[in-house]
Amino acid sequence: MSRALYLRHDRLGLGFLMVLCVLGILVPVLNLALPVTSSWHVPTYAMSLMGKYVCYALLAVALDLVWGFCGILSLGHGAFFALGGYAMGMYLMRQIGTRGVYGNPLLPDFMVFLNWKELPLTWFGFSSFGYAMLMVILVPGALAFVFGWFAFRSRVTGVYLSIITQAMTYAMMLAFFRNDMGFGGNNGLTDFKDILGFNIQAQSTRACLFIASILALAGCYLLARYMVHSAYGKVLIAIRDAESRSRFLGYRVEHFKLLAFTVSASMAGLAGALYVPQIGIINPSEFAPGNSIEAVIWVAVGGRGTLVGAALGAVLVNFSKTWLTGAMPEIWLFALGALFIVVTLFLPKGIIGTAGEFLKNRRERHAPAPTGEVR
Amino acid sequence: MPSRILIPIVAMLALLASALGTGASASPTDDAFARLASDQFAQIEQGIVELSAIGTPEAAAALEALSETKLFYAPDKSLVIKQAEGRFASPSGAALSETPAGLKQVRINNRVRRALESALGSLTLISPDPAKRKAAAEAVFKARDPLALPLITQALARETDAGVKDTMVRARAAIILASSGAPDLERINAVDVLAEKGDQDVLALFSTVKTSASASVKQAIETAIGAIERRLALLSSVQNALYGLSLGSVLLLAAIGLAITFGVMGIINMAHGEMVMIGAYTTFMVQEVIRARYPALFDWSLLIALPLAFLTAGAVGLVLERSIIRFLYGRPLETLLATWGVSLVLQQAVRSLFGPTNREVGAPAFMSGSVDLFGLTITSGRLWIIVFSLVVFAVLSLVLRATSFGLKMRAVTQNRRMAAAMGIRTPWIDSLTFALGSGIAGIAGVALSQIDNVSPNLGQGYIIDSFMVVVFGGVGNLWGTLVAALTLGVANKFLEPLAGAVLGKIVVLVFIILFIQKRPRGLFALKGRAVEA
Repeated sequence: MSRALYLRHDRLGLGFLMVLCVLGILVPVLNLALPVTSSWHVPTYAMSLMGKYVCYALLAVALDLVWGFCGILSLGHGAFFALGGYAMGMYLMRQIGTRGVYGNPLLPDFMVFLNWKELPLTWFGFSSFGYAMLMVILVPGALAFVFGWFAFRSRVTGVYLSIITQAMTYAMMLAFFRNDMGFGGNNGLTDFKDILGFNIQAQSTRACLFIASILALAGCYLLARYMVHSAYGKVLIAIRDAESRSRFLGYRVEHFKLLAFTVSASMAGLAGALYVPQIGIINPSEFAPGNSIEAVIWVAVGGRGTLVGAALGAVLVNFSKTWLTGAMPEIWLFALGALFIVVTLFLPKGIIGTAGEFLKNRRERHAPAPTGEVR
Repeated sequence: MPSRILIPIVAMLALLASALGTGASASPTDDAFARLASDQFAQIEQGIVELSAIGTPEAAAALEALSETKLFYAPDKSLVIKQAEGRFASPSGAALSETPAGLKQVRINNRVRRALESALGSLTLISPDPAKRKAAAEAVFKARDPLALPLITQALARETDAGVKDTMVRARAAIILASSGAPDLERINAVDVLAEKGDQDVLALFSTVKTSASASVKQAIETAIGAIERRLALLSSVQNALYGLSLGSVLLLAAIGLAITFGVMGIINMAHGEMVMIGAYTTFMVQEVIRARYPALFDWSLLIALPLAFLTAGAVGLVLERSIIRFLYGRPLETLLATWGVSLVLQQAVRSLFGPTNREVGAPAFMSGSVDLFGLTITSGRLWIIVFSLVVFAVLSLVLRATSFGLKMRAVTQNRRMAAAMGIRTPWIDSLTFALGSGIAGIAGVALSQIDNVSPNLGQGYIIDSFMVVVFGGVGNLWGTLVAALTLGVANKFLEPLAGAVLGKIVVLVFIILFIQKRPRGLFALKGRAVEA
């Protein structure tokens, strides 16, 4: 087992976890404990915004696990994200109860509107939080498992895989836009009231959701880190770099890929589930192919194959998005497009990868001494 | 049915009664006119039926006036027709010097109106205008009034126009079939005549008649219904196939440029849709200039736009290849991301230049209107696009097969180093190939501007479909692209009535995803070493 598996040698990972820890404590405290008038007070909307970034970071980590370490460029991770979001949304819809516009205790408003008489089978059990959380993990995971099972077994690789994952999320988007599916059609699910009995708009609930997002990100990071640094991860990287050779060496390539893909999809689902209560809505446009590609650029900006870089990239890109769409809405698409081009042409290793290389070079130049792995 | 049987009986009785009562002195026309001058609907209806049997110009004038509510009657039961500017005339056309006192309007209710319509229908059967005769025959077919039978038989005898004659024969057959008094043999003959060009109307007629027909007639009708239904099913399949071909040709147009850049060169060009968009906006610009400066040239605007769109999109493609893509050869996933970025930039650039709303692109005269094909109506725009996409395909195949550029292009694709060793400037060929693919996309934009909204998002709608077509057809194979596009188009149209448009599209997408599992290299895969490269 590699030395790198031990976290205490991994300065980058430790730093990342510490930043998460500080954020997870500081932001809710500054939001809840300080009065609104204080200049250190973090407004609730800002906390939810940061929570959104954290969810995106989790999605990016999930994507980095398959793209950075296994070479699977999935253009369908937005679909897993949205599926997790829908599972959470369905739980939240069932929590509304009689407080909907039509006051129907069993059916969500849109079903009453469509003149449906009973809850469709797909909604069975979603009044229970535990069941919903299970579905958040299981549904995207199961979809990824089935999809990957077929795709990897028939050795669909590279751009072909990218294109069919894109077709998958596109087909899902079309499907969820249909009213007959029973997921609210193009309006999606919204107007949530509470979660686990707590008012979803309340400041303290928001703080808890933020902390939950931070915890989920930290946990998934540790899991992903464990996966890629274990012996399993070494094979994964071997598959990324030389798939045929790994196969000839006797590894069942498709099994390795399938595990990574499924775990990654479940993580994306979890990210979606945490995203929905903080945003307050989930609708089919989350399945749009453009969203999935945007997630890929987060990973590319931060540095693929670094995990921490993916999270960093997600936060950086989305922060600029929030800022630019507010300040100069015309510029945003130009900036995003340019980012795609510049990163692929000039920064193929991303921020973390390039910085790591720079540090390594300098260290080797100045003090050519044996170094531990920087990752 | 009772009214249909009752009316002639009542008519005969009434005729008999009037002949007995008023003596033979009054002509049948006067009799009928007298009936119209009444406040009883049954009488009025009676008069109409009689007038339609008489069929003189006088009768026609009176009936037409009645249908326009311009028919009045004086206390002495004489009819007058109100004309323009408040003057009155008799049905024979003689103007009245003074307005008679105590005029009353001849009233109409729904039953009278029905009788009136069928009467007018039979009267126009002998109009000099063939279009009017045809319309009248169709009206007779719908009404199936037994009283019109002698009239239509008469009209049929003197009819010269083949099309009108055909309609009249059908109308006559419908009357015979509908009248239960006709002998079975004649009715069976009528069934045969009707079945020959049976449509939904004939089916409806058959099912009403069937219930009250004798066994032999019923059998004939049932056979005929079977035949008609088979023919209608065939016709709707042909229609689906044609609409599918039309959709397939749109897919072909959108995908064929991609078949060059992705299929031949292996470049994932996510900005392909934007090349289509650039072509569409070029068309818009050309039409703007023509509208402002040379309105006479408008019908030629698409032809003028074609080379311009090819050059514009091709130039953008050339710049794109030289500035970005050539640094990314051998890294397909990075190419995908970079070209996605390019597509975002191009979309936003067009949005900033032309605004986010749809732009109006007009259709030249030869593309508007529709064509009637074996009872199917197809807009000529669609037909032209089918033709156009096939022409583009043929020209492109010719360029690849028969020109020196095509030869060099294929050489570079098959073995780059060998081609370079033979003195082909491979980077230059790469650029030109990419420009060619982009230019073809621009040409597609000209055609798509006719059927889609010209907006900055135009290309987005085609990119996934285009990739599906190329991947389904097999990379590096133009014929595969052709077959795939047409197959997907037709499949989509056949699924639509079964599952609805959106579900049909989802089914097709899922099918392609599954198909790629089975044959990862598409329908027509390249064989040999090129596959592993």
